[in-house]
Amino acid sequence: MKDFGELSGLQLDALREIGNIGAGNAATALAQMVNAKIEMTVPRVSILSLTDVPELLGGADSHVVGIYLRVQGSIGANILFVLPIDNARLLVDMLMAVPSGSTRDFGEIELSALQEVGNIVAATYLNAMVMFTQLKMVPSVPGLGIDMAGAILDAILAQFGEVGDYVLVLETKFRKDRQDVVGQFFLLPEPGSLDTILSALGVSN
Amino acid sequence: MARVIQVGMADLKVARTPDKLMTAGLGSCVGVCLYDRVPKLGGLAHIMLPSSQQARNNQNPAKFADSAIEMLVAEMIKAGAERNRLTAKIAGGAQMFNFAGESDIMKIGERNALAVRETLKRLEIRLVASDTGGNYGRTIVFDIETGDLAVKTIGHGERII
Repeated sequence: MKDFGELSGLQLDALREIGNIGAGNAATALAQMVNAKIEMTVPRVSILSLTDVPELLGGADSHVVGIYLRVQGSIGANILFVLPIDNARLLVDMLMAVPSGSTRDFGEIELSALQEVGNIVAATYLNAMVMFTQLKMVPSVPGLGIDMAGAILDAILAQFGEVGDYVLVLETKFRKDRQDVVGQFFLLPEPGSLDTILSALGVSN
Repeated sequence: MARVIQVGMADLKVARTPDKLMTAGLGSCVGVCLYDRVPKLGGLAHIMLPSSQQARNNQNPAKFADSAIEMLVAEMIKAGAERNRLTAKIAGGAQMFNFAGESDIMKIGERNALAVRETLKRLEIRLVASDTGGNYGRTIVFDIETGDLAVKTIGHGERII
């Protein structure tokens, strides 16, 4: 059974390319949602050991927003999109078309906007993946948590921790009016699912 | 000088007074603190999953409630603790996300806390305090001089158990 730790350069490139295509589509969807131009790119794709994930998010007790979806169909996977709390505020500012620094608390509208971004980012990545693999992938309704990074992660990593010790991370950058907001998009396939994806992509060896 | 020793996810450590043991961002994971008040010796395990018996990959015993607590007891005894003086305090085991028709997997926090309690009972270690459940994360600091366990949260207060 394949683990992310054993991926070749070619396999990583394939997953990264899907990330870029997904980001392009997500940007279009976001722009339609807020009726303004928002750029989205995936500047970095990396494979991380589970134990290094909290550091990437600024430490296990740093305050973050996490949006979580489960994927079912031909493969099983978990998707988690995480933003440091300050970045989440800036992203809400972008989405609501208010000046940077306006958003302080997260009310129902702010939470629902963030949930929708998680939804769009996940769905467009999955759509790009479906296009290349012809596999069936259906995302769940997103769940949202605002808490310590370690706490948000471990509930999800716990189920993944039974099988693998590495995760795929796509750094995702949003840009509007020269303001950048960076979040981390994690893909955690369930046992055997990575093999299914790679073989459907034609890069199984 | 007292040090604060960090314990990562799926890891465990033993320390002596005046040092403190700390683990940050417990969600569904459980922090298990064992204490021998005579030599002032403490141990902290950050467990992720209930049972090493059900896991396909169980190479790291510190990851599972059953094997981690056994290993922590062994390390404490090796460092000079008396088995029959050991007491336990636990924190964590929250449910971070809520879903309609939630599966067993999402109740992992509850299952972790239960597995920890069962393992402590099996090993005849007295549980003197616990702060588990809820839907929020916890950072814990275990003071080995006093045996106090400080629990910090975001928006759900701080307490010492």
